[in-house]
Amino acid sequence: MALALKRPGVLPGFGLSMGLTLLYMAFLVLIPLGGLVLFTGARMTLAQLWQTAVVDPRVVAAYRVSFGASLLAASLNAIGGLLVAWVLVRYDFPGKRVIDASVDLPFALPTAVSGIALTTLYAHTGWIGRWLEPLGIQVAYAWPGIVIALTLIGLPFVVRTVQPALASLDQEIEEAAASLGATRWQTFRQVILPAVLPSLLTGFAMAFARALGEFGSIYFIAGNMPYKTEIAPLLILIRLEQFDYVGATGIGVVMLVAAFVLLLLINLLQAWSRRYQD
Amino acid sequence: MGGTPSRNFERAASGKIVVRGNAAIGESPPVRRLLIAAAIAFLGLLLFMPLALVFRYAFGEGLGAYLAAINEPDARAAIRLTLVAAVIAVPLNTVFGVAASWAITRFNFRGKNVLITLIDLPFAISPVIAGMIFVLLFGARGWLGPWLQEHDLRIIFAAPGIVLATMFVTFPFVARELIPLMQAQGSEEELSALTLGAGGWQIFWRVTLPNIKWGLIYGVILCNARAMGEFGAVSVVSGHIRGHTNTMPLHVEVLYNDYQFTAAFAVASLLAFVAVLTLVVKAAVERRVGSQDP
Repeated sequence: MALALKRPGVLPGFGLSMGLTLLYMAFLVLIPLGGLVLFTGARMTLAQLWQTAVVDPRVVAAYRVSFGASLLAASLNAIGGLLVAWVLVRYDFPGKRVIDASVDLPFALPTAVSGIALTTLYAHTGWIGRWLEPLGIQVAYAWPGIVIALTLIGLPFVVRTVQPALASLDQEIEEAAASLGATRWQTFRQVILPAVLPSLLTGFAMAFARALGEFGSIYFIAGNMPYKTEIAPLLILIRLEQFDYVGATGIGVVMLVAAFVLLLLINLLQAWSRRYQD
Repeated sequence: MGGTPSRNFERAASGKIVVRGNAAIGESPPVRRLLIAAAIAFLGLLLFMPLALVFRYAFGEGLGAYLAAINEPDARAAIRLTLVAAVIAVPLNTVFGVAASWAITRFNFRGKNVLITLIDLPFAISPVIAGMIFVLLFGARGWLGPWLQEHDLRIIFAAPGIVLATMFVTFPFVARELIPLMQAQGSEEELSALTLGAGGWQIFWRVTLPNIKWGLIYGVILCNARAMGEFGAVSVVSGHIRGHTNTMPLHVEVLYNDYQFTAAFAVASLLAFVAVLTLVVKAAVERRVGSQDP
């Protein structure tokens, strides 16, 4: 009883703010998520889950597209994001503030908007697509289009995790490396890169996780051909529209598990990079 | 996801260093220019060209066609529904965000990390899965579906489902913006106010709110942009009934699939404008916060 009455702090408002938070979370998150768990538990057998979410060839193909394209997009983000972060932290140039602010655009821009814009841009009549078509490169309605759309979606993550790590880097270490005769490239590879690696991997994992769940922009650019350019979230939607709740839930459970594993990984990576920065 | 980039960025803003004029550890001017050009090209292909294209195509057939596309009844209905969803979701999520941040940053309690993880949940899961959760609960063959049908209540394929999905997808934004900010500020000022005899609400209105004002404004604006632009979750619960359950992003989809590109990009340009405005507010807020405590 004494424990229950012990106040968690001296400021007022704990009961009110905590009560409000828990009530809201319960209605919006816990009850719906509990519904999902109950649904899976009550209406699906393990065999069904296995059948709908693991061995169905169309589903397996969708996982391959989702995970493959997300991995590639996150890798592009790691390279491009490191470059953008480097330029923003190290150099001064006209328009830098605008560039810096625009990195967050994918957070605020609706995915449907970026989806139709990218599709129009990279379609064979588009501003960029028309230059790629003679070269035999098809981007829109094909695999590369999915990767480009996912790269756009994940863009802020690597930039915003690497920026502070680069900024907090002690310049004296670089000076020491230079005074010991290291070339600039050697210093980058052996001194700077290892120091920002934890942040880079955190950003990579975040971009990967975000890409896995992305739906809006892919829906427009992918062409959505079963077995070829159909992503797992789209297949969930298709199953739901057929009122195949069991099939949808199966894929959803697999994607949820993947998301939670990534969330765990990101938390571990963040703890690691914090140790580096402090 | 643990730690949004915007949170990490605060640290960058405070500790930013720009290397200038140190030959030993800088790059030569040509290398510098090359790297800057490569970075701008990367962003140009991914961000600036698509954004420019939205406005170019929206106004491609002149201002008249643009205004006609926005004024068309289905478009107006979609704008109205989007505004309704945002007007309900954003204030509720703001109140929740402030309450959750107050509880998390001003008190110690067991399970705090679990709570923070739960708040992050909508970041981690696909919006399609978020929509699916509500369909499983309220859909025709969902848990509460039969009961809802008996009482003639519609949630899925109707406005309430859209509002619910929007609330779910956008609820972390205000909290995620405030938690790191309030953690960094600490509770000393509130404790001083308490010892001077201020009441709880007095402390909140006169001490806390002025301190978190700018972060709160950005959180609300970002939450609003995401609420208006949500596609995946809303797509699952909407049923795409034109003029009834289409929000702006869904209306963009319908127009685009109908090959009405000018109209699609006209409606899309409104959403893109909200996004750009959000970034402008963010830049202004960051400058303000930066000048407050150097």
